[in-house]
Amino acid sequence: MSSEFHPRNEEEARRIEEMKREHLLLDHRPRAEMNDMVMEAVEDTSREWKFAVIVLGLLTAVTLFGAWGYMMLKGLGLAGIRRPVFWGLFIVAFVFWIGISHAGTFVSAILRVFKAEFRRPFTRAAELMTTFGLAAAGLYPLIHLGRTWRFYWMMPYPNQRWLWPNWRSPLLWDFFAINTYLIGSTLYLYMPLIPDLAMARDRSTGWRKKVYGLLALGWRGTEQEWKHLQKGIQIFAWAIMPVMFSVHTIVSWDFAVSMKLGWHSTIFGPYFIIGALLSGIAAVSVVLFTVRATTKNMRYFIRPEHFDALGKLLLIISLSWAYFFFNEFILEWYGGEHTIKEILKFYMFGDIAPVWWTMVTCNFFIPGLLLWNRKFRRTPWLMFLLGIVVNIGMFAERYVIVTGALSRNRFPFDWGWYEPRLVEVSIVFGTFMLFFFLYTLAARFLPLIPVWEVEEGQHSHTWRRIGRAILPAVSDLESLD
Amino acid sequence: MAGGNGHEEHTKWVMVIDLDRCNGCGACVTACAMENNVAFVGEDENAYGRGMHWLRLQRYWEGEGDDLRVRYIPTMCQQCSNAPCEPVCPVYATLHSEAEEINLQVYNRCIGTRYCANNCPYIARTFNWFDYEWPEPLNFQLNPDVTVRRRGIMEKCTFCIQRIRRAEEDAKAEGREVYDGEVQPACAQACPTEAIVFGNWRDPNSRVRQLAASERAFKLEEALGTEPKVIYLAGGRHEF
Repeated sequence: MSSEFHPRNEEEARRIEEMKREHLLLDHRPRAEMNDMVMEAVEDTSREWKFAVIVLGLLTAVTLFGAWGYMMLKGLGLAGIRRPVFWGLFIVAFVFWIGISHAGTFVSAILRVFKAEFRRPFTRAAELMTTFGLAAAGLYPLIHLGRTWRFYWMMPYPNQRWLWPNWRSPLLWDFFAINTYLIGSTLYLYMPLIPDLAMARDRSTGWRKKVYGLLALGWRGTEQEWKHLQKGIQIFAWAIMPVMFSVHTIVSWDFAVSMKLGWHSTIFGPYFIIGALLSGIAAVSVVLFTVRATTKNMRYFIRPEHFDALGKLLLIISLSWAYFFFNEFILEWYGGEHTIKEILKFYMFGDIAPVWWTMVTCNFFIPGLLLWNRKFRRTPWLMFLLGIVVNIGMFAERYVIVTGALSRNRFPFDWGWYEPRLVEVSIVFGTFMLFFFLYTLAARFLPLIPVWEVEEGQHSHTWRRIGRAILPAVSDLESLD
Repeated sequence: MAGGNGHEEHTKWVMVIDLDRCNGCGACVTACAMENNVAFVGEDENAYGRGMHWLRLQRYWEGEGDDLRVRYIPTMCQQCSNAPCEPVCPVYATLHSEAEEINLQVYNRCIGTRYCANNCPYIARTFNWFDYEWPEPLNFQLNPDVTVRRRGIMEKCTFCIQRIRRAEEDAKAEGREVYDGEVQPACAQACPTEAIVFGNWRDPNSRVRQLAASERAFKLEEALGTEPKVIYLAGGRHEF
């Protein structure tokens, strides 16, 4: 145990203090104290928080549901889409939100499976992004329909006319992939939450106690229960990964299986996944900064080391994105097909060029040049800004792919141009408000920090003296079942 | 005789458009709109790119100065045998008719994903962005044989399937085959230069069959493998 380690001299004591300040998992605190810290944060329903919830709720109601209802009543023509650009901002935002939803699973499942210790304090914050990101994304396939009130025709249900949905259509694959992912990731969010809900139940009163008690499913913390939980999380962590990869691959197939030049690209599957991770991980740093700045006691749990780790991850993913982008762009251009060349020329020099260059700058040049700097990665507000910049870049990428490719067709007579109109902008803005609204609500209801996972991490970290050096060592508790 | 049970040799309707004869007058566009209750969207919306025309005249300029030429390509749904619009629809609103070998659009089934329109290499499909009205007295000229479409659904050229049906029923009642030239879509009927000819490909003596034998015959974007059923006869300098 780290607390039992005794330094031999002042030099060693200073070194240990330094490392404790740096690493959460070495900075051991008693379980009860951490529980209290998290519960204090959860129950901190200040006036500012209430104000934020009301404002975000009203904005969601008006800009999202108000505008959507108005558009349903009048017709899709209120949006700016027109022949030949039949898909616009709705599909762009759909792909964007699906991308955001990828970070949660990536951070918690992949980093969990690979036992990346730095993940521990923020897995839940990232998983919540997945769930709420999907809630926002899931609306778009309904919003963009010409007849939203008939959306259930996409579901296979028995009916007297023996009508069945078309299993060859990628939109149907989407429908099932998104639903599978939503259910799977929500369960995966819920499972590690159970011990923390039980902790919250034992430390709260009134309505909170009742709700937490209900959600904690009678968790008592017996060894048997822990064993089952660990096993379940292990299984889910492995099982959710292919689901996560399949979702964004299938979203990319919406484009890649078509005959549309600029869409019909074999690299779209992995390209979209890496893009999703880029925007998702960037969004995690935005969320972590916001949580750290607005929630009590979070400075203990979320430290510069975590932004540092996210920054390294982001750097690798940004470079990978550039690799896929290069493959997609250069090889299509090299093929020399006339229409493709027109499309690529349109991207680089045409009306859409500002968006295209924004994409390249924000996705590659800015993160690719800045993230090498350790100081930069360890400055939370800089990582917050970078997260926003990268997400602007990824929004631009989807905008170029969806509307840019549709603007240039095989016959020059069918060339077009698209500009979003107020209703579309309002609805897209509204889904951002919805995401913030749900997240703000959840931040004062669910323990944002998985306390038991942090504690587990702190237990597994010990000090070792090797010669004259003192080093932290990690024992593997998770596999000791 | 057309029959849908798959045992009989059924008809395969094709269209031949002679680009040498097309002078771009636009009568076909108008006739199509009249016959098929194609909505009027108004000047502004049409200029914005919301025109509902099932049939459009692609216009291209060639050359310069005295050599300047204009070319028209009347383009409608090419009724592909291997249609890209069909597999992408999640609800089978766009599907293939076995009997006529035509791409059907089932208006009542369409939920408006607009995926079919994106996947059409000919950009032949139009979408009902709003509920459109026919101001009096235009409502009196609505064709009772054709459904009026509401907002939020896709539509496109049907090869005037109501006329095909009518001709087939007439022939059946009289106990004969549909004779060549009996079925005329509105565009073909209205064309003053007879640039558009319609008929049954399976009839070896039909006019379409004879015209399509021309060395000027080509199909739009044939290399895509969509197997269109509209055959064009190249116009202009015949360098094709």
